[in-house]
Amino acid sequence: MQPVIPILILAIPLAMFLLLGLTGHKMQHRWAGIAGTLGMGVTMTLAYITAFTYFFSGSPDFIDAESHTRLQAVIFNYDWLAFTESLVIRLGFLLDPISALLLVVITTISFMVHLYSNGYMRDHHGVWETGFQRFYAFLSLFSFSMLGLVVATNIFQMYIFWELVGASSYLLIGFYYTKPSAVSASKKAFIVTRFADLGFLIGILILSYYTGTFNFTDLTSMPVAGLDGTYQVSLDTAAGIKDLFTSSPAPLFMGCSVLTWALVLIFMGGMGKSAMMPLHIWLPDAMEGPTPVSALIHAATMVVAGVYLVARLFPLYLMEEAALNIIVVVGALTALYAAIVACTQIDIKRVLAFSTISQIAFMMVSLGVARPEFHHGLGYMAGMFHLFTHAMFKALLFLCAGALIHAIGSNDYTAMHGLRKYMPVTHITFLIGCLAIAGIIPFAGFFSKDEILTATMGHSIFWYIWMSLVAGLTAFYMFRLYYLIFWWKEHKVHEGHHAPHDQPWTMTLPLVILAVVSCVAGFVPMGNLVTWNGHEMFDSVDFFTNLKALDWSVAAISLAVAILAIILATVMYRKENPLPAKMKDAMPALWRWAHHRFYWDELYMFITHKIIFGCVSKPIAWFDRHIIDGTMDGLAFVTNKLSYAIRGLQSGNLQFYVWFYLLGALVLGAVTAICLL
Amino acid sequence: MFSNILIYFVIIPLLMLGGFALCRGVKGIRTIAVVGSTLLMALSVWVLVDYIALRQAGNTEEMLFTGSWEWFGPLNINLAVGVDGVSIAMLILSSIIVFAGSFASWKIDDARHFFMWLLLLSTGVFGFFISIDLFTMFMFYEVALIPMYLLIGVWGTGRKEYSAMKLTLMLMGGSAFLMLSLIGIYYHSAPEGGQLTWNILEISRNAAIDKGWQYFLFPMCFVGFGVLGAMFPFHTWSPDGHACAPTAVSMLHAGVLMKLGGYGCFRVAMYLMPEAANDLAWIFLILTGISVVYGAFSACVQTDLKYINAYSSVSHCGMVLFAILMINTTALTGAIMQMLSHGLMTALFFALIGMIYGRTHTRDIRLMGGLMKIMPFLGVAYVIAGMASLGLPGLSGFVAEMTIFVGSFEHADMFHRVFTIVACCSIVITAVYILRVVGKLLFGPVQDEHHLQLTDAVWWERLSVVTLVVSVAAIGCFPNFFEWLIRFTFNPEIFRAIGM
Repeated sequence: MQPVIPILILAIPLAMFLLLGLTGHKMQHRWAGIAGTLGMGVTMTLAYITAFTYFFSGSPDFIDAESHTRLQAVIFNYDWLAFTESLVIRLGFLLDPISALLLVVITTISFMVHLYSNGYMRDHHGVWETGFQRFYAFLSLFSFSMLGLVVATNIFQMYIFWELVGASSYLLIGFYYTKPSAVSASKKAFIVTRFADLGFLIGILILSYYTGTFNFTDLTSMPVAGLDGTYQVSLDTAAGIKDLFTSSPAPLFMGCSVLTWALVLIFMGGMGKSAMMPLHIWLPDAMEGPTPVSALIHAATMVVAGVYLVARLFPLYLMEEAALNIIVVVGALTALYAAIVACTQIDIKRVLAFSTISQIAFMMVSLGVARPEFHHGLGYMAGMFHLFTHAMFKALLFLCAGALIHAIGSNDYTAMHGLRKYMPVTHITFLIGCLAIAGIIPFAGFFSKDEILTATMGHSIFWYIWMSLVAGLTAFYMFRLYYLIFWWKEHKVHEGHHAPHDQPWTMTLPLVILAVVSCVAGFVPMGNLVTWNGHEMFDSVDFFTNLKALDWSVAAISLAVAILAIILATVMYRKENPLPAKMKDAMPALWRWAHHRFYWDELYMFITHKIIFGCVSKPIAWFDRHIIDGTMDGLAFVTNKLSYAIRGLQSGNLQFYVWFYLLGALVLGAVTAICLL
Repeated sequence: MFSNILIYFVIIPLLMLGGFALCRGVKGIRTIAVVGSTLLMALSVWVLVDYIALRQAGNTEEMLFTGSWEWFGPLNINLAVGVDGVSIAMLILSSIIVFAGSFASWKIDDARHFFMWLLLLSTGVFGFFISIDLFTMFMFYEVALIPMYLLIGVWGTGRKEYSAMKLTLMLMGGSAFLMLSLIGIYYHSAPEGGQLTWNILEISRNAAIDKGWQYFLFPMCFVGFGVLGAMFPFHTWSPDGHACAPTAVSMLHAGVLMKLGGYGCFRVAMYLMPEAANDLAWIFLILTGISVVYGAFSACVQTDLKYINAYSSVSHCGMVLFAILMINTTALTGAIMQMLSHGLMTALFFALIGMIYGRTHTRDIRLMGGLMKIMPFLGVAYVIAGMASLGLPGLSGFVAEMTIFVGSFEHADMFHRVFTIVACCSIVITAVYILRVVGKLLFGPVQDEHHLQLTDAVWWERLSVVTLVVSVAAIGCFPNFFEWLIRFTFNPEIFRAIGM
């Protein structure tokens, strides 16, 4: 494949960022919006072409026709910074099943968000928000960074773009920078993820020290004979990497193998970006950003970077069972925690944020339980599948939430109620999103979640029950939200206010498109497109492949759980009734803890403010000013005093001098005399 | 003598100095400053281009453009010049900062005298970087330090006399150690009976300083330069000095003068005394490791913008010395990158702080807020500087820090590992204090209603800022070129300390 299109995929968003960033303030709002949207549209088209070529062209660079195995193709790879002969950061473009999949996901959602924001970022009278051009510049910067991240050919390129997505996320969360809550949310997001990135960085350093390479292709795959720049995922290479560690002089550190340490530290970076417990605290606050940003960054793309990172290094993770187990435990705990908290939040964006955390945890668990022995690594495929479907329906839900907030002017569901009459399009699309996330057949979430549960069952029955419970909770809190927004008795429309209504076409169109995708995405035969080693799962595919491949024993149970949960939510929340209050009173402690998100924020506040600022920074600053600087000042002071003390000797008094002269002469004479005698 | 291109790095500032002395009107002074600093920048680019051409042609001599003119025969003191990639990088850095600094002090009071002292300082800086004779090097070093006293004492703000005195005394204290060790090096510069020399190339070739003397001279030399490099616990001149200095002086001081420390540490201490460097590095590694984290933590609780950046400089310059002490090609390259990066971004910071202070008349972040809305240009530039400081890819800080970390990680023993990881932690702490400042100063609601009347940057301020921002971005986007330029110096054949 010629590198022109891949280069353009990265260059167009970057150019858009520079254009809008440097000249945006001179541009008319309308044109800035159109330029940004068009740029993204072109990028999306190019990404589709690339992904289509990769999956369906059958070119020997992309698929080994005999063994039905998809390959990894390095389209281009330029040296950017050479530390040593072998440790070189390159900027390149790696095309393989997961990067092609992510190209599609990112550009699709990004385009939808670009389009949607043309309507969202202006009020009901058509007045544009201040900083509209800046908003589009940042969106372009984010898209560029995210695309660069997924096509990275080496782990350091990934780290570079990883930091850039963090920075663009910071800029976008703090978009309303005059609002103190937005400023502190953006700061929190950056610092928490930075802390996680510290782990990532140290992990990279350890990995590269032992292996002498940053390249993914050297870590997890081997070159295909006769084809330049084409690789195939290989467990042998990963085993070779493991050997490098075990044969090193110090293969163990604190009882664990160094490779495990490296992988866990790298996973820590993923935990930060993907908001896994205990580094999840930034994501709910990140909802301070404009809602389209939440849809793009904090639901569909950036937050799955951690999942992507684990998937990218998956063959290495397979080498260390311990690292995979940590991923499963972290994922499962996070999934349950976030689902419980989501049941008690009143801000609709926060419910969706916790739901996102919980769903990403599903993907993590799925990767953690994937083993090549079980259905060709079903968990890996399921995780990626869920990433894909989740991006679609969660972006849909967020954009619906944006439409609601835009119409009502509040994030609080108590200000909404009964909106199904006023906003029919939003109502239907939101319902589709809820059905998809709840896992109702035939919506997208059903298939991916079902495969995750199947993979989990293949690994451990305990985690299967655990995750099924979380799936049930998911259906429950989503339908709770749905009923609270669209049912109940509507609020009176005040005099002089318009009744809430559906939005302009720029906002409606993305909702409809994403709703359609959420209905059909489940039928994408992902098993033939994205697997851990590229090997196709099915011999032939048609529209119903996924349906036919279902394990009905699992599917029936998960469907039953979801439907039960929805029925429960219906009973409790369809109409205003005393049941929720009763339930709350029945378990006051649990409700209070869940409502306060188990006090994680307070804990962090305590650690950062009381301990780090109060017990480290302040004493250090005091020590510096008073002890270190005091010593220096003290030296000067002593010198000063000493000079004053002896300055009397230089009095200019002649008699005094003569006395000293005589005294000196006497002493000298005495000394000489003693020495001579 | 005048056929050597390097000598013009000293001649141009001296000519400018003469020009200022003769010139009366402020317009003339500005013209001279702009023309002169542009010439210096052009000259450094010219040297760079020549240097690349020579290296491409296969010239592998250690120093290029060398020249030597006798100054005082009996002690073999020469004015000896020569540059390698590192010195050229430093020359470019200095000329950019002098250029930006000239524009930043467009409206200074008593411009004539101010620029005279500033250019004397620059003469010292340029002279230092082109010298390869220890004696002239030291002389230029002193020439660069003395004007600082007057520049801060006369044009400064706040407790300027105290700070000027403190800065000068502490740096002079360092110089005393330095002088002692340089004389020591001179007396051991040649084997028994050989001609003693001040020329660092010859001293290095002779390799005649025995180990016992190295153990004695190396710490003195390292501390002597380390004081200027703001090494813990000799850094306390830095916060006070920076806080009281006028804008251009802060820029030049943090941007260039502090680099003299790091440059001296590797060019004199490590280069001439490799055995002691390898054996004693651990002592200073502990001190600089402390510097890195200690400076960052201190910066977290400061409220004065200049104090924050002064402590941040302690942290970042600590990183320079830290990397130098790792003694391997990658880390040393990273150290020089960090010097470049820190020089540019700190100069940018101080320029911006000066511009903000010139408008709000306060540097206390508790009294300011929401300035982004009032002065977007300065605000955006401040955010960019902050992002460079916390190591955002695409700006200079990232490449420098990553090179240092990768280089430091080449040491597999527990001691180095621990200190490397401690140094890595600074990326998080840096993010904390940078975002704290940015959040308080630029974002949020406007704190003081009087600030609403303030205006954004004018053209000369913009020019100064844009120059620095572009330089920071250039290093961040095309690091390989700079690393290539620098790395040549750090191969084990030339830099004997590596791989010993």
